Amino acid sequence: MSDDIYREMILDHYRNPRNKGKIEEPDVRIHDSNPLCGDEISIDLKIEGDTIKDVKFDGRGCAISQASASMLTEMVSNKPLTTIKDITKNDILENIGLTNLGPARIKCALLSLKVLKLGMIKFYTDKDPNSAEKLKEESKVF
Amino acid sequence: MQALLDVYKIKQDFPILKRKLRNGKKLIYLDNAATTQKPKQVIDAICKYYSEYNSNIHRAVYQIAEEATEEYEKTRANIQRFINARYPEEIIFTRNTTESINLIAYTWGEKNIRKGNKIILTEYEHHSNIVPWQMLSNEKGAKINYTDTDENGYLNLESFSKFLEDEEETKLVSLSHMSNVLGTVYPAKEIIKMAHEKKVPVVIDGAQSVPHLRTDVQDLDCDFLAFSAHKMLGPTGVGILYVKKEILEHMPPFITGGDMIKEVHKENTVFNELPYKFEGGTPNIADVIGFNAATEYLKRIGMENVRDHEIELIKYLYNSIKDIKGIKIYGPERVIDRGGLVTFNIEGIHPHDCATILNDFGIAIRSGHHCAQVLMEKLDIIASSRASIYIYNTKEEIDIFVDALNHVRRIFKV
Repeated sequence: MSDDIYREMILDHYRNPRNKGKIEEPDVRIHDSNPLCGDEISIDLKIEGDTIKDVKFDGRGCAISQASASMLTEMVSNKPLTTIKDITKNDILENIGLTNLGPARIKCALLSLKVLKLGMIKFYTDKDPNSAEKLKEESKVF
Repeated sequence: MQALLDVYKIKQDFPILKRKLRNGKKLIYLDNAATTQKPKQVIDAICKYYSEYNSNIHRAVYQIAEEATEEYEKTRANIQRFINARYPEEIIFTRNTTESINLIAYTWGEKNIRKGNKIILTEYEHHSNIVPWQMLSNEKGAKINYTDTDENGYLNLESFSKFLEDEEETKLVSLSHMSNVLGTVYPAKEIIKMAHEKKVPVVIDGAQSVPHLRTDVQDLDCDFLAFSAHKMLGPTGVGILYVKKEILEHMPPFITGGDMIKEVHKENTVFNELPYKFEGGTPNIADVIGFNAATEYLKRIGMENVRDHEIELIKYLYNSIKDIKGIKIYGPERVIDRGGLVTFNIEGIHPHDCATILNDFGIAIRSGHHCAQVLMEKLDIIASSRASIYIYNTKEEIDIFVDALNHVRRIFKV
């Protein structure tokens, strides 16, 4: 039942998203959309050494996609960039408390993780173009 | 006034409307613009073909193949009558509206569109009536002009007429008779007349209109008409392309190979006669026969009654939701100018969240861009919710829908 989906935590992040906006001169900026629903997420990262010093997301879409992005930024802020590699779909679903989303809505919840993983890959690929395939493999981009 | 349709009797014909969903709710199906449900008459016809006379059509000489061929061709003749075409060979079976439009672009378009030519579309077209023309234009170096719509969802006939003035260059008009987002029914007959005065042929995308309005291709005088069986009680996988015979006679073939030939030699081929020239390979025999049962069903009800029922129900739906706080309804206010759908947004609630919560009530509505992103850009939205009705929907269902919408608003505190 959707009463489980639209609990206060989701609605709170939807209405008051954390880390929303853009970073001036980001080290990585990446954008993707969900063609079926039209959800859009872009993520900016500021990297110092190997640490995510700042992360901001921007976008528009449903409560699940936007709340999930908001929570994801909190999850990775000030963490090593490589942690992104290991975040799984289940981590996200558990983090937002929605482990039984249907196949259509699960894409909304996972869009921001996909964007973040692609952002990390872009960051490393810009330095070493040959690393792309290996990184994609390792980070299980879906 | 007497009830237009005996909706409760009609409902009995649709097995799916009797099922219970996961949470025990009955299905309230309001996504008819995407596809309609199928009556048992259609399901039985398909079942009967596979159980009693399954065989390939047109060539075999044994009894069941004769029966299959006869049923398949009977469908063609019935569709000819359904849209009042002059000849059965003007009816071509395809997979869907999209394939029908592609057939025109790849055959007629390939032959007739040249560099510098222009094609007139509208801003509200479904992707299926944009992308084939973009592909053709890119290949040929032609250009597309999009006729704009005003904020109430009406077509700007002045800008259309201005594009037509360019008669040296403009070679084709293609437009949908009814928008799948705005719901507007456009003055197709008038538009076709304007185009013909400039000797420009017109494609009508009838995917939304043919299931809901009585369609007479001779009265409309359209040159091409494309529509799909599955949006009018029929099975998926069957589309129709109507083309005026004098145009069809000069069109090169589309899918080539079996069935569309008369003679094949090592170096050359003589194509089959109309309409078989355009139906390469074994067609979707079972579903074409199923579609026949669907058109019979609609004929028995009467398309005028279908339309009247929809006007009454859409008026009820429109009036029930128009005063909801924060709601924006797209398309015409005059319900008589609408087909059977209402598209809307409620401020602060994304359509996907709205549709997810409505699902708890057993209500199926569509949320998203409805394959009309050009229009979405114009309306400056990324998505919207759409409720669309058909012959089996009732006022009671609309009441449940409106209650559910208010429940969505309570959850989102708007």
